[in-house]
Amino acid sequence: MRYGWRPRPGLSATRLSAVLAFALALTGASLGEAREVVDSAGRRAVLPAKVERVYAAGPPASIMVFAIAPEKLLGWTRAMTPDEAAFLPQRYAALPSLGRLTGRGNTANVEVVLAAKPDLIVDAGATGDTYVSLADRVQQQTGIPYLLYDGTFARTAATLRALGAATGDSGRGELLADYVERSVGGVRAKVATIARERRPRVYYARGPSGLQTALSGSINAEVLDVLGAINVAGGQSAASGLANVSMEQVLAWNPDVIITTDPGFYARVWTDARWSRIAALKNARVYLSPQLPFGWFDFPPGPNRVIGLFWLADILYPDVFGNDLRARVADFYRLFYHREPTPAQLDALLDTPEPANR
Amino acid sequence: MTAHAFDTLRLGSLGRYTLPLLGLAALVVLAFAVGRFPVSVGDLYAATIGKLTGTSRPVPATVETVIYQVRGPRVLAALVVGAALAAAGAAYQGMFRNPLVSPDILGVSSGAALGAALAIFLSWGLIGIQALAFAGGLGAVTLVYAIGASLRGRDPLLTLILAGVVIGTLLGSCVSLLKYLADPYNQLPAITFWLLGSLASTSPADLAVVVPTVLLGLVPLVLLRWRMNLLTLPDDEARALGVETTRLRLAVVCAATLITAASVAISGIIGWIGLLVPHAARMLVGPGFARMLPMTMILGAGFMLGVDTLARTVATLEVPPGVLTAVLGTPLFLWLLAKSKRAW
Repeated sequence: MRYGWRPRPGLSATRLSAVLAFALALTGASLGEAREVVDSAGRRAVLPAKVERVYAAGPPASIMVFAIAPEKLLGWTRAMTPDEAAFLPQRYAALPSLGRLTGRGNTANVEVVLAAKPDLIVDAGATGDTYVSLADRVQQQTGIPYLLYDGTFARTAATLRALGAATGDSGRGELLADYVERSVGGVRAKVATIARERRPRVYYARGPSGLQTALSGSINAEVLDVLGAINVAGGQSAASGLANVSMEQVLAWNPDVIITTDPGFYARVWTDARWSRIAALKNARVYLSPQLPFGWFDFPPGPNRVIGLFWLADILYPDVFGNDLRARVADFYRLFYHREPTPAQLDALLDTPEPANR
Repeated sequence: MTAHAFDTLRLGSLGRYTLPLLGLAALVVLAFAVGRFPVSVGDLYAATIGKLTGTSRPVPATVETVIYQVRGPRVLAALVVGAALAAAGAAYQGMFRNPLVSPDILGVSSGAALGAALAIFLSWGLIGIQALAFAGGLGAVTLVYAIGASLRGRDPLLTLILAGVVIGTLLGSCVSLLKYLADPYNQLPAITFWLLGSLASTSPADLAVVVPTVLLGLVPLVLLRWRMNLLTLPDDEARALGVETTRLRLAVVCAATLITAASVAISGIIGWIGLLVPHAARMLVGPGFARMLPMTMILGAGFMLGVDTLARTVATLEVPPGVLTAVLGTPLFLWLLAKSKRAW
């Protein structure tokens, strides 16, 4: 009850504000002024002057909080695997698993969240009515301010900036937002100079069979859209964005490049007779997206995809981009994940496993 | 036995199958002719019949891949899966003397779903997923049968069904638990897509494993087709006729489980066929299992092929065949129900 309030039935608005003013007057001396913050969904929340403990409601939010203010992150939504942990400073990798409050499926226990004593709950992702009402309810139930930010790739910089301001780390937020803006802006500017005929037709293979894909405009294929590549699956429905397609359809599309996030599919596709007729296979242009500690291409849909933008730009337009990916990865990891990868780790990230039959 | 065999071969009863078989053949030709990859009739002819007769002109390599690696295996898989699910459904409906029974009554689908979900959760490859789905299906039914057999002294069929329902529900909640724990961006969609059922990823290698397994399961059903009718009698009457019902039942369960588990392993969960098709077959040729089994398999193969052909052709994106079978199956089933005059 230090910073938050819990509305009770029968408590009128005027009495409520009087109580609130009184509470603020009491705590104001030691904690400074409480601030009212407006999030991406237009919701208002009153934050304490100093935010020290942040609960991230979903994976993208936890990566953002970790990038901006790692010491304020209370935990991850799930425990880090040893492979993921190797890329983070040990003390942050060892943070507890607190579950997720949002996204598809809610695994967090509100009491666990309360027991972690957060000053602030943050979520980044969709800002539709479902998520707004969820945020409102959790805020009301726990009395902890809950901020909901737009998680789309195009809004990454704005969200980092707003989140930095909310947690009182404007400097860090600004630094990271600048980095994202410069990176995305630079890539976009170069892509704009490339004629449409020279843009490759790309198929994004998901799932163990490689026959699930993400449509253009969906949150899963945003990196392709930023790079101006032609997503062969087109963009019929932006609602969900994931769909099953048939092998014949992929053959009919005959994509120039295939990007996948599934190591099993990547290992198998080179020797599969059905895929062998596709241009991407004939020209050995199938690529497995690096996944550690967070995915480069698709999931989670957070700022982790910024480095994937450079990776994929090199792949799609080797004559326009290229040559400095290794240094960029080191920069990005140092800036966002607070630790530069070792040379061996960089090798592992950038040298995709040699396919069996190539 | 020989007299009976002759009976089936009599022209009159053979005539009943002529029309459905012709329909199925026409459907197969149609299924080969349509698809998302445009193949001209000339190329199709050259790649199939022309090749067999040695009169073919060369066709583009991609067309050959489409016919032999993609479309052909998928058409075959649809035929096999449809026939297998329908045959298993017919066997169970006869054995349990209940028209509402479908092949997953003893938990084979729930077991397969749990196996597949677990394999996806553990990030296994496609072959691992299929193998674990198959093993899960067999394991679930083994467990159900063991429970049913250990609870003696009660109605054995009722015990078996109840054990199947209970274990199926338990396995279903295990699948839900895995979905809950799965990575929401990567594994969860993969599990959901698997549960929806699809033949989209069928490869020739899948068929090489599944077809023999399904045939292995069909052999006992075909051999036992006459005795199956006795299972519809109460146990004591069947025994009076000299049939060891317990052993016969075990054989039927083994056979039906084998074919269902094998087909579900490549297709995912596809409902309705095992429930609906035996009824249609019974309407056409009557309830005698020996006549009904081939008809059930023909109709099942045709229904599944039709549904899968629709699923892969109507839109750029696949329509889940499990959804289509339900959407097409429900009105069809109700129509059959209204039309049939016989009491179940």
